[in-house]
Amino acid sequence: MSEHFPMHSRRKSKYEPRKVPESKVATSAMIASLDSEGRDTIAAPFGNALIELAKTRDDIVGLSADLSKYTDLHVFAKAYPDRFYQMGMAEQLMISAAAGLAREGFTPFATTYAVFASRRAYDFICMAIAEENLPVKVCCALPGLTTGYGPSHQATEDLAIMRGMPNLTVLDPCDAIDTMQATRVIADHPGPVYMRLLRGQVPNVLGEYDYQFKLGKAQMIHDGSDVLFIASGFMTMRVLDAAKALAKDGVSCAVLHSPTIKPLDVETITREAATGARLVVTAENHSVTGGLGEAVAAALMREGVHVSFRQIGLPDEFLDAGALPTLHQQYGLTVDAICTSVKTWVSE
Amino acid sequence: MTDIAAVSRPNVSLAQRAWSIRRNALLMGEVQGQGYIGQALGAADLLAVSYFHALTYRADDPEWDGRDRFYLSIGHYAIALYAALIEAGILPEDEIATYGMDDSRMPMSGMAAYTPGMEITGGSLGHGLGIAVGAAMGLKRKGNPAFIYNLMSDGELGEGSTWEAVMSAVQWKLDNLICLVDFNDQQADGKTTDALASGPQARQWEAFGWHAQEIDGNDLDALVAAFNTARSLTDPKPRVIICRTKMCKGVPFLEEREMAHFVRVEPEEWAKALAILDEGRPT
Repeated sequence: MSEHFPMHSRRKSKYEPRKVPESKVATSAMIASLDSEGRDTIAAPFGNALIELAKTRDDIVGLSADLSKYTDLHVFAKAYPDRFYQMGMAEQLMISAAAGLAREGFTPFATTYAVFASRRAYDFICMAIAEENLPVKVCCALPGLTTGYGPSHQATEDLAIMRGMPNLTVLDPCDAIDTMQATRVIADHPGPVYMRLLRGQVPNVLGEYDYQFKLGKAQMIHDGSDVLFIASGFMTMRVLDAAKALAKDGVSCAVLHSPTIKPLDVETITREAATGARLVVTAENHSVTGGLGEAVAAALMREGVHVSFRQIGLPDEFLDAGALPTLHQQYGLTVDAICTSVKTWVSE
Repeated sequence: MTDIAAVSRPNVSLAQRAWSIRRNALLMGEVQGQGYIGQALGAADLLAVSYFHALTYRADDPEWDGRDRFYLSIGHYAIALYAALIEAGILPEDEIATYGMDDSRMPMSGMAAYTPGMEITGGSLGHGLGIAVGAAMGLKRKGNPAFIYNLMSDGELGEGSTWEAVMSAVQWKLDNLICLVDFNDQQADGKTTDALASGPQARQWEAFGWHAQEIDGNDLDALVAAFNTARSLTDPKPRVIICRTKMCKGVPFLEEREMAHFVRVEPEEWAKALAILDEGRPT
């Protein structure tokens, strides 16, 4: 585990000249969709789900801090221009204004990047929205490592930040299906929500399974006897693929998808962890500090469930810039990296 | 709400209302032996004009949808707003002695969940005006003609979020938004004008596109005129009234004290302050 906690950056000196790499993989554009890996995709699941909702709910309004095109809110803005508020490049204002709209009976969906909501607007989400339990839905693109732009845009600690806020429901959906269903469900939830978004052409993974998003529930997507993955966000896609690959090597893996980070479904998680003698492996597109992994670990300790436990996630450091596939490889989020780690762990 | 003896005294002057607000605040200050009494005494006149001249509300139904909303962005001014809400009959006078105590509906910093008539949770400064922008947009969406008032301090002019809201209110032509700035030139570490807000106040707001008035915030006639102007203006722009106030106004020996964010009052001085105020009771 020590590789997860380096004390200094691995980066080369900025004064060391570089050559064009053999891979010639360029930094993926900031607006690039998550690699669909040959799967079916659905366009703008969040924005389109919001349009569907707005057809029957006059209280739904959308706000953007100059990132509607990059959060998929632009499709809603086009469909309902009079219910879209372009608040400008002012996240503190956008969150405060969403609170004001909620005070007057509306259900605002306020969107920006996860870094800006969690870092810049935290006090406003906390005091203007969460303390008063107002039904504002803060929906944020670029969660975790979904851009190669570097730490300014990589929200590797947003779940840790948001988990600390009372009243706030925190979601990390897996794919287009999960995002669309969660959007509908949170509109009915009476309190504030922070939801991570995948945007653009978003893979459809859970459509292959008998799955329906339920707020506050972790659900078994695929059962197995040697390893229990507990995952959220796009890492659920990755561990589903890893489970298939590992099965060929004789390692039977279960995948428990936990898109609700807070309140965590402690009942299901502890029950599954206590079933059999499976190695419990959490997998998240987030720092190993303060996210799903530590939430699960604390829940298991509190409930007296003692298991072998490993964490897959991003290191507690400012990540490198570069091409997203390279970075996913470098930081161990790829299917191959998951398989390698799990095979090592089960043989220990 | 049944315990509240609603105050309905149409012949009471604004000067008498301001006097009562000061008195309620001093009584609450005496309960705790401390508090933001300097701010409460300074803001009593603008609160009197707000609650007894400008605002439309129902004392027995603080959440009536037709009310003008009054946001207290400066949470620590809660003592001042409680004093006004008591005088307005929204809070019961007999709870004055609970101020800041366990289980009180009147905590030291204003919070919406605790107190009838306290619209928002203030205290994290620089929040009120942004919330007011959203609420003003919401009222327009609903076709509700109510006004949103946001009372903020001069210290909040240092918060960047205030200026995000200032720009946005102009962008959305929020002519239903009236911002009140209590400019007493005091913040925690000293004079506000020695820290950030030293520029020409009204001109700054005007440059952003607001209708701005700068007045003596302890002059009831000036306040009435400014509120009337702000309410009756037809320009599609937000309005600000910058109220130059004097900390501790109405209690001369405190007015003369070395000014501080948190005015020190000795235990025996509360009775003295009340006696001085009582001597000057308007008729």
